[in-house]
Amino acid sequence: MRTLKDLRPGEKGRIKMVKGNGPIRRRIMDMGLVPGTELVMERYAPLGDPIEVKNHGFHLSLRKEEADTIILE
Amino acid sequence: MEYKKLVIALAGNPNAGKTTIFNNITGSRQHVGNYPGVTVEKKEGKITYQGYEITVIDLPGTYGLSGYSPDELVSRNVILKEKPDLIVNVVDASNLERNLYLTSQLKELEVPLLLVLNMADVAEQSNKIDYTLLATLLGIPTVRAVGSKNEGTEEILQQALRSVENERQFPERVVRYRHEIEDELLYLRKQMGAAGQKKLEIAASTESGSAVALTYPSRWLAVKLLENDREITQLIATVHPEMLPDILKSRERIQNLIGDDAETCLVEDRYAFVRGVYHEACKAHAMDRLSVTEKIDSVLLNRALGIPIFLGIMWLLFQLTFALGAPLMDWIDVGVSALAGWVLAQMPEGLLSSLLVDGIIGGVGGVLVFLPNIVLLFLGIALLESTGYMSRAAFVMDGIMHRAGLHGKSFVPMLIGFGCSVPAIMATRTLENPRDRLVTMLVTPLMSCGARLPVYTLLIAAFFSPQAGGNVLFSLYLIGIILAIGMARIFRTYLLPGETEPFVMELPIYRMPTLKYLLIHMWERTWLYLQKAGTLILAMSILMWGLFTFPLTNAQENQFADATQQLESSYAGKVGKAIEPLIKPLGFDWKTGVALVSGLGAKEIVVSTMGTLYSITDSDVLAEEEDHAVQSFAQRVREQSGFTPLVAYVLMLFTLIYVPCLATIAVIKRETNGWKWPLFTVGYTIVLAWVVSFVVYRAGLWLGIGI
Repeated sequence: MRTLKDLRPGEKGRIKMVKGNGPIRRRIMDMGLVPGTELVMERYAPLGDPIEVKNHGFHLSLRKEEADTIILE
Repeated sequence: MEYKKLVIALAGNPNAGKTTIFNNITGSRQHVGNYPGVTVEKKEGKITYQGYEITVIDLPGTYGLSGYSPDELVSRNVILKEKPDLIVNVVDASNLERNLYLTSQLKELEVPLLLVLNMADVAEQSNKIDYTLLATLLGIPTVRAVGSKNEGTEEILQQALRSVENERQFPERVVRYRHEIEDELLYLRKQMGAAGQKKLEIAASTESGSAVALTYPSRWLAVKLLENDREITQLIATVHPEMLPDILKSRERIQNLIGDDAETCLVEDRYAFVRGVYHEACKAHAMDRLSVTEKIDSVLLNRALGIPIFLGIMWLLFQLTFALGAPLMDWIDVGVSALAGWVLAQMPEGLLSSLLVDGIIGGVGGVLVFLPNIVLLFLGIALLESTGYMSRAAFVMDGIMHRAGLHGKSFVPMLIGFGCSVPAIMATRTLENPRDRLVTMLVTPLMSCGARLPVYTLLIAAFFSPQAGGNVLFSLYLIGIILAIGMARIFRTYLLPGETEPFVMELPIYRMPTLKYLLIHMWERTWLYLQKAGTLILAMSILMWGLFTFPLTNAQENQFADATQQLESSYAGKVGKAIEPLIKPLGFDWKTGVALVSGLGAKEIVVSTMGTLYSITDSDVLAEEEDHAVQSFAQRVREQSGFTPLVAYVLMLFTLIYVPCLATIAVIKRETNGWKWPLFTVGYTIVLAWVVSFVVYRAGLWLGIGI
């Protein structure tokens, strides 16, 4: 299963589902990371974590452990 | 003239420019406080406009209205319980899709709405927005605005009055979900006994215990039940406990029919609605508004340059706060001393003049002396936040801070802590998450602040060779950092356990801040400090003065022979003696105890108290050249105290760790809205100081180091 964490900078992916439950998952979805959304992986932070992605006109950062809950098609 | 009252609440995403619009509407007539029981900030402003007295409430910036975060709970509770006449939803027009998601949820609360399309100038560079079509599609009147240029403020007020005076200008448009969900919403509303009713009245009890009936939109209640919203499920359970299995069944049916959980479907459908509206009303040009930001970020967030640039900016912030603040603080010092001198000259020496000069004027000086730091720090922080760099700083630092159980943004307050804990505690406001904030607040005092330095300087000069001095000093700073990280982990694991907070954070586009925003932000913080923390610091200073001044005479009602005797017999002296058995295992005597008690007022006072205790008068020291002054003072301390270098080191350690000064405690009280956390800080730092000092002292004795 490929997750957002597996994307390399510059690569694109489309969200299939967001795993887990509770506040983190809801926050991720409230930010527009819902199934069907296309994302571009922009970069790793200088220390390797978190990562930055681009989603429908804005930039978002999330930790790798959170990115790992976002499963791509 | 009689004014009609009107309450307007501003809602919107973080970074949508809500605060700028709020400032434009209310000017400087603002009041900042906290919502009861939570650390969420409440901002209100009042204006009069065309016969109305309008109260404007600035709700916390949120991305949604789920019940998970305190900000979101506060927002929706204000809307449902305080029932403002109008919600003004400020959206970033250049990032409409995501911003309208909140709009879709505000619509469900079925309150009168007004949509303000802020940053329209930026948006129009890359998009052609059909404002009328947008209003029709959403069923909400819209106003175009550019907050940074104060455009649209008048229109917002005019439209607000129109919205309040005329019932409805656009036909209602409901956010529709897929039919499987709509079926369940109908079913749940029927179970609640609100089948054909828009509103449902539920009796609830307020915090004070009195019963009130609140009306909720029944469709919204059903949506929240499907979402498994904790607060609403509990609310329904109080009036319809029999419904709980029905709710579970509803969610199960959705899961079986759609193959996805209800919460996901609801969020998805809202986004589908929003995207539909967006694509109909907005046509994108070729230009990408993100391109400038992306270019800047390719440098600022660069894997090689990101950290050095971050450190450089932090260095500038530190210099701005402390280096630029130092001369201002000196002026305040000079001013306060001049005032004290003047008062002394005006009245006979006695208890009253001592209270005025040492207690009150000294206390006011103690409050004012932090002002330059606070003003400058918040200017710096306002700059970092309004330009958009603050979230980048968090992005760069989170890798390290997360390992300590902290957030990337915790770095800023901890760094400021090296200068002074008071502005540092206030700087934790940049952390949105209450648990991150609290942990940062609790450990920040362990960063060795500037007031501890005189204690180190004196004791190092007295007990260590110049060659060893640097290492001793460095070790103290390092121990502070290690303890802060260790305690943060412990607090995160045992004191405030639970799921780690999400780091899902927007990196907003870079913007030029407006001067007005910077000034208002700076003034707001400063006023908060003076009003809330300042009074408490003053009261504590007077209390400390009393401890060190009374009793005035000895048992035979005679005046004390000198300052040393007076201090020894004062209440503070008695406290010092009383705690001697407790600090004896650390190698301290009662005099050290008194000095430590005095350090509660401000750490640097430890030095002057030791001077008094060891009968070192000012004239002895001042007679010599400045450079020699420290030397001779140190020499006397060495001769008179009977400390070994080990005890001196342990004393420095203890000074580093134990109770941050009273001003810090006052600020923690102010920021956490209660006495629980400041008292906890006092308790844990004393215990930690004792344990660390004990271990070091015993280890030193056993190893024969420094004795």
